[in-house]
Amino acid sequence: MADARRPRTMDLRKQPGFNQIAWLCLIFLYAPIVVLIVFSFNDNRSVVRWTEFSLRWYAAALDNQGIRNATIVSFKVASVATVFGTILATMAALATTRTAPFRGQTLSYAIINQPLMVPEIVTAVSTLALFAIIKQLTGLTGIGYLMLAHTVFCIPFAYMPIRARLEDMSLTLEQAAADLYATPFQVFRRVTLPMMSPGIVAGAMLAFVVSLDDVIITLMVAGPGETTLPIYILGQIRRGITPEINAVSTLLLGLSVILVTAFFLIGQRRR
Amino acid sequence: MPPERNRTETGQPGQGKAVMVRADGVTKTFGRGASMVTALDRVSLSINENEFLTLLGPSGCGKTTLLRLIAGFELPDAGQILLDGQEIGHLPPYQRPVNTVFQSYALFPHMSVARNIGFGLEMQGRPASEVAQTTARMLALVRMEDMADRRTDQLSGGQQQRVALARALAPHPKVLLLDEPLSALDLKLRKNMQIELKRLQNETGITFIFVTHDQEEALTMSDRIAVMSAGRILQVGTPKEIYHRPSSRFVADFIGDINIFAATLEKTGPDGATVTLPGGGKAVAQVHAAGVVPGPVSVAIRPEDMHLTAAEDKSAAIRGRIGNVVYFGSGNNVHVTLADGTEVIVRSNEAGAVDSPVGIAFSPGKLQVLED
Repeated sequence: MADARRPRTMDLRKQPGFNQIAWLCLIFLYAPIVVLIVFSFNDNRSVVRWTEFSLRWYAAALDNQGIRNATIVSFKVASVATVFGTILATMAALATTRTAPFRGQTLSYAIINQPLMVPEIVTAVSTLALFAIIKQLTGLTGIGYLMLAHTVFCIPFAYMPIRARLEDMSLTLEQAAADLYATPFQVFRRVTLPMMSPGIVAGAMLAFVVSLDDVIITLMVAGPGETTLPIYILGQIRRGITPEINAVSTLLLGLSVILVTAFFLIGQRRR
Repeated sequence: MPPERNRTETGQPGQGKAVMVRADGVTKTFGRGASMVTALDRVSLSINENEFLTLLGPSGCGKTTLLRLIAGFELPDAGQILLDGQEIGHLPPYQRPVNTVFQSYALFPHMSVARNIGFGLEMQGRPASEVAQTTARMLALVRMEDMADRRTDQLSGGQQQRVALARALAPHPKVLLLDEPLSALDLKLRKNMQIELKRLQNETGITFIFVTHDQEEALTMSDRIAVMSAGRILQVGTPKEIYHRPSSRFVADFIGDINIFAATLEKTGPDGATVTLPGGGKAVAQVHAAGVVPGPVSVAIRPEDMHLTAAEDKSAAIRGRIGNVVYFGSGNNVHVTLADGTEVIVRSNEAGAVDSPVGIAFSPGKLQVLED
């Protein structure tokens, strides 16, 4: 009886076929990952035929100098790109939400988010061309170019959650702090920054993962000895998939799961 | 204890009383071009030391804008704002010895109750011992001693309200600004907080400027009320003056129940103005507004300032027939329809029979001529 009097909104879960479609979607999303993980523990060279459980491919992967070097490069580049990308994104988010409305504000959002909309291959080729000119003019080489390229494309990814967080934060809190004798810097240090920190953490994590994952721009910009993990994996796959690659990929997956969980827990505690 | 101050009975700040805040010809507009809105139009107002002044008016009348100008969240387009004799209109909020209680409370969610209260003192660079001492005193003042370490989102609305008050009072500002702080509370809590606010003002001796659209709240708490409409201050006075001697139709209509009807002003004399009422009766009315000239005017009188008499009674100023009788517990509102169709409400203990002819007598000195 009580159910009959409820407002009649459409409940998608009660539609025919909802469960089937939902499960199909989830299976398509996760089946490849499950297969990858399962075969990383296979005691066999084959990645299609299961024999028995083993950790030998993890041992092999950790023992592989190529993988080790690529991991170090990846983490170096991702760390630098995350730190600088997040700082710049934080500044951009503050400038676009905590200042008086200005002409071209919407345009500025579009410009900051540009790398998300331009096809990555275009960014990659143009970055390559620009760096070639700079190298020609200055004669400078090194991993700095790769770090710079990563920093740049990390900015919009870090910017989005930070700006979303700032837009959710009422300006009244900052006014209240100013009213209580906090100078603009103290307002930022004591109220704005602590309150926006979940957004900054989210942005930094997104930037880190995106940098770790990047192939196209890295492929164009990376010089010799600057092979990142995805590039290394790509190179190995050309010679056939080995369970070693499965093991490395599973480790990467584990890392991102840990990062996301950590962020979720931080968010819960702040609530 | 602050010295007992002589509360003047007039709308003007009395001689010898220190003026704490003075707005002088303050104008503030928002937007530009065709969409420009004038929030404040050459507003001048003086607020005394240790006074509880209420800015009263409907939403959009400019009362909150005036408060924000005093706090420093907005800058005036023209005019001056003086605090204790100093021009502060151009100073940023953190350089003004003025604190605000926000409508939404605006408590810092990442700090405990005690840290919230101590924030202002901490920003002023007071020593930690003093911050702790004052915080404890403020917690006691608002009766929140047990809640010092709570997070603000674990508090009820009334408790958040008291923390917001303690936080704003802790640095002992020269003026406390309150922006409709009671509007989010339920009726019973609101009544308690009205008394509480008055007590806090007496205990601290701080000047309170209180913004509200609730006329009852304004009448209950204020030393003086400034009634605002469309960016202007229409009348400033004690609650009694505002209630019994409204100068304009807007003020009369905005505060309490009142009967307003058309009359003709014959002449003005030392005891007031002689007016001809609907039905031909004459009465003496008080004039407070400037520039009232003989001719058609509006006159006003409160339902409780009239009483029913027999229709043939000589003392009756106007006559009509009883329409509706609305009982409200402590009395009746008797609706009387005059010959010209005007409906008048009289507060009365006797109800009277519906449709019977009746006379209405005015208590002396209660009829007012309004400025339209």
